[in-house]
Amino acid sequence: MIDASASGTSAEAASRSRLRAHTAVFGALVVMGFRRWSTYRLAALAGAFANTVFGLIRANVTVAVVGVAGGVVAGYDAREVATYVWVGQALLGSIYIFQWTDLAMRIRSGDIAIDLGRPVDPQIAYLAADLGRAAFDLIPRGALPLLVGALVTGLVLPASPLPYLLGVVSLVLAVVISFACRWLVNLAGFWLLDLRGPMATYLVAVSVLNGLIVPVSWFPAWLQTLAAWTPFPSMLQTPIDVFTARAEGTQALSVIVVQSAWAAALLLLGQVVYRRGARRLVVQGG
Amino acid sequence: MADALRPYRVIIGSRVRSQTAYRRSFAIDLAVSVGGTTIGFAEIYVIFTNITTLGGLDFAGAAMLFALSHVSFTIADLVVGHVGNLPTYIRTGTLDAFLLRPLSVFGQLATADVTLRRLGRTATGLVILAVAVPLSGIVWDPAKVMLIVITVVAGAAIFAGLMVCGAAVQFWLVEGGEFASAVTYGGSYAAQYPASVFHPMVRVFFSFVLPAAFVSYLPVLVLLDLPGPAGLPQWLGWCTPVMAVLVWVVAMGAWRAGLRHYTGTGS
Repeated sequence: MIDASASGTSAEAASRSRLRAHTAVFGALVVMGFRRWSTYRLAALAGAFANTVFGLIRANVTVAVVGVAGGVVAGYDAREVATYVWVGQALLGSIYIFQWTDLAMRIRSGDIAIDLGRPVDPQIAYLAADLGRAAFDLIPRGALPLLVGALVTGLVLPASPLPYLLGVVSLVLAVVISFACRWLVNLAGFWLLDLRGPMATYLVAVSVLNGLIVPVSWFPAWLQTLAAWTPFPSMLQTPIDVFTARAEGTQALSVIVVQSAWAAALLLLGQVVYRRGARRLVVQGG
Repeated sequence: MADALRPYRVIIGSRVRSQTAYRRSFAIDLAVSVGGTTIGFAEIYVIFTNITTLGGLDFAGAAMLFALSHVSFTIADLVVGHVGNLPTYIRTGTLDAFLLRPLSVFGQLATADVTLRRLGRTATGLVILAVAVPLSGIVWDPAKVMLIVITVVAGAAIFAGLMVCGAAVQFWLVEGGEFASAVTYGGSYAAQYPASVFHPMVRVFFSFVLPAAFVSYLPVLVLLDLPGPAGLPQWLGWCTPVMAVLVWVVAMGAWRAGLRHYTGTGS
């Protein structure tokens, strides 16, 4: 005879082991994502080189802007804005604001049926792989721009460890937000045969509003307001601010809370839209 | 000569027909390509909400510089941009088919896909140019009219040569596509800004190694009668065609060497 308390414990134990299994699968997918991208070393080096060339141009332009404006623009002096540019270039590869159509291609070809048959939620599985990719990309694409930046313009980085720890949290959330946005844009593939329109609209919005070009605080007021209504500054401006300790202490925590809210909302929306899309999907079997 | 070019005319004609057959899709493509120009110009606009002159140019001058280099880049991209897809052809083995046909490999690759939607970007660039030029306060004379035409053509030739250089390198580095992007897109990005804002070493690099400053910044100095920064006298603004020839000498050399280096997988 099994008494109530014992059955409660075993149910708890079962859910705990289920959680452990899910975590293990997620972890394994992250590692596989990392290993998949680490195979293409030359491509990674080429990417790091491209990020550095663009960083060099951006740093020169923004430093010149600060110089013309008399030494400070919206709270950034020359070295600070150069640091902003180089840290941004270093994180850019991981955050990935470029074209990504893997999911849409699988919807179009029907391969998505295989993803639907798997015992792992596709969104979670793709997110895990993307986090693994981001972790790998941080190594070459992060190191080279920072190294060149330190040599060419010098960097102003915080001396205490806390901004870096918070920065890692902020970076992970930025990757999640970026992934969740790309996932949503790709889901348009359930309804549209051709994704170029939505994808390009998204890329324009994200490239202009995430603070890649210049800090969002340099924007004219109307564009700052527009940016504040989107998740895009949370994708790049926020992690840079946290890493460089421009957002410190409670301010750092509050921008991380904003990021978490965007990440949760966008992932949830992605789940809902995915289920609706999958319900109307017809794949021709063979 | 006309006979030799006929196959290309037929190929390009077929590409144009295939893209314009689906009108709505083509309209979306055009709209999308306008978006690309928007990103670039937004950058100039945002910078000039904080300052009034950058590197000796006011907003109209900087907009003219942006538009000139953008128009040159998009023309180059339309004509030879497709050579950047060389790694795909190498990986899939399609390049071997090109080698068997009695046409030049380069010609076939360049005409394999002529993406007309890129004209959308050229058109947007021309609109910005048409607005910026009258506002920039150029004192016109016949030589300057000639210079602006030469600049667009020779600037496009410089970018096209850089694209071929970038593609040629792919014969050795099949995976290193982003090296080529750094040269072509990086060059185009550098060409949008007055070279006078660059650190002197960076300025030398973007003038004489990757000659972005020759595409439109130096000619703009002549058009606006501005003195050049240290190391870049204004008269260099007339030398864009010379630089274009030099770039093409390097590009064709690299392309030939690359093609000789290529070995098919035989599958």
